[in-house]
Amino acid sequence: MSNKNTDGENAVVVTGLRKRYGSVEALAGLDLVVPRGTVYGLLGPNGAGKTTAIRILTTLLRADGGSAEVSGFDVARQPAAVRARIGLVGQHAAVDEILSGRQNLVLFGRLNHLGPERARRRADELLDRFALADTAGLPVDRYSGGMRRRLDLAVGLITAPSVLFLDEPTTGLDPRGRNEVWDAVRALVAAGTTVLLTTQYLEEADQLADAIAVIDSGRVIAEGSPDRLKSMIGGDRVEVVLRRVQDLTRAAEVIAAATGGAPGAAPSGASDGRLEVDRDARRIRALVADRSGALVQVVRALDAAGLETEDVALRRPTLDEVFLQLTGHSATKDSTLEVLA
Amino acid sequence: MSDSIERARWAVIDTWTVTGRDLLHWVRRPGPVLVGLLFPLLIVLMFGYLFGGQMTGFGPAGSGAASGQGYREFLVPGVFGMTMLFGLEITMLAVTVDANRGITDRFRSLAMSPVAVVGGRSVADLLNAVLGLAVMIAGGLAIGWRWRDGLGPALHAVALLLLLRFALIWVGVYLGLMVKGPEAVVAVQILVWPLGFLSNAFVDPATMPGWLGTIAEWNPLSSTVSAVRELFGNPVGQAGQGSWVTEHSMLMATLWPTLLLIVFVPLAVIRYRRLSR
Repeated sequence: MSNKNTDGENAVVVTGLRKRYGSVEALAGLDLVVPRGTVYGLLGPNGAGKTTAIRILTTLLRADGGSAEVSGFDVARQPAAVRARIGLVGQHAAVDEILSGRQNLVLFGRLNHLGPERARRRADELLDRFALADTAGLPVDRYSGGMRRRLDLAVGLITAPSVLFLDEPTTGLDPRGRNEVWDAVRALVAAGTTVLLTTQYLEEADQLADAIAVIDSGRVIAEGSPDRLKSMIGGDRVEVVLRRVQDLTRAAEVIAAATGGAPGAAPSGASDGRLEVDRDARRIRALVADRSGALVQVVRALDAAGLETEDVALRRPTLDEVFLQLTGHSATKDSTLEVLA
Repeated sequence: MSDSIERARWAVIDTWTVTGRDLLHWVRRPGPVLVGLLFPLLIVLMFGYLFGGQMTGFGPAGSGAASGQGYREFLVPGVFGMTMLFGLEITMLAVTVDANRGITDRFRSLAMSPVAVVGGRSVADLLNAVLGLAVMIAGGLAIGWRWRDGLGPALHAVALLLLLRFALIWVGVYLGLMVKGPEAVVAVQILVWPLGFLSNAFVDPATMPGWLGTIAEWNPLSSTVSAVRELFGNPVGQAGQGSWVTEHSMLMATLWPTLLLIVFVPLAVIRYRRLSR
């Protein structure tokens, strides 16, 4: 068989992966290459095919077409070899609610074929590492959401897998729980694990991933480093609402100069201009590359020009806006995909 | 060759590990297990003492048994069978909860023996059934029920009960994988009752309208219960004088569970494999 990543440089290689559920095409020829030792983010709305991709890569689901290799092993033909090298943290914390944190780790350690003594030692190591040692004896149903996810992560890491799959690791967590999980993921990556994570949140991908693939309707529609992707989709926006409508033209020039773009000049790949003027709302929206620096510059420039503002704000593009720009259609009907601020 | 020995070895070890998880559940959360163990006793007391006085015709003729005592001799093996039937819910609920919480997927993503997922479930549920029968037998003895034909036939009876439970484990695994969530288990919990009552567990099918009695006699539970009554030397009622299925209850008590296994083991395995579709 042809192992495309025999050089060991790539942890995951996916080629033309297809999966259909009835009339719904969950994956329509997905291609991915995840270099070893990196964090790769799959960004997309509900139903984009993220979970389907993860389930195929972790051998839980069979693909209809295409191929996928994890750590050099074909997921369809060598599932046992793949399972021995991966960790999976799914959408819900798949830990036993009745058992304690330590009992969970020992149970899954034993099922990973560690001996009783090694399973216990490994459990203690992981409890320490994920700051769960104090609550190790409590039943999991008394854990907070963040603790549960950390335990879930710990279970996924019992065998020190070479590739860790995280399917929406922070969905449903409060900001504190989310930060706890992010810290844990960063620590793992520092120790050399390859991570493939899915998320609906642009900021999460931005915070964690070295490279991001935006997927929609089962295929990759944009790929690159967070910076590259952000410049492609326009990055952050400074929004200025002026007090007087007659200042609008002048303000547009000042803001354009301050953010380094000419009014009306479109960035490559984006459908709208760098600067947007809404006369009725007396509002100017400018795409900026450098978040806080741009805000300060805009405020100073407007102040120097003596233009009065009602409101000045910096906002990140929502995933909906990203999708609108990349695909020309909205990400979802419901508006649950707001980027976390 | 040594590869398959190795696989079998891990199948046994992993099965025992998964079983151990369930035993830990009993220790950490004994409530549901205790209720499961005591509920059949409550049924014996309710039926045996509330309805028992009205139930006649169960004592051996001329034995002088007080009315009710004969019925309780008849009832206790019936509730043994009923307890095995209740076990269906335990299996089904556990399978559904694991599938819904993502535990089953986690098991499937590990390099463990795939046999162990259901294997562990089976061993744990059988242990639960053994414990349940032990409690029931103790309770039965306390209210005057006895096995009257010696230990050998009594153990044979216990084996037949566990065989029925084992078959129902596979029905439970299949149903547990079929349903969408734990809510659906409630429907089965309710349906188990008519299934249990439409048998000879509580009353003699001879007292039912003809067609209904026939259905009750052909209920797999009835075959096990009849065989068990015979082996314990308890009253069997007047049922099925001449009815083939009751005359051959000893054979049917083996045949029915075997048939259930032949049908539901492949169904459950197919269903389990279809998780990856």
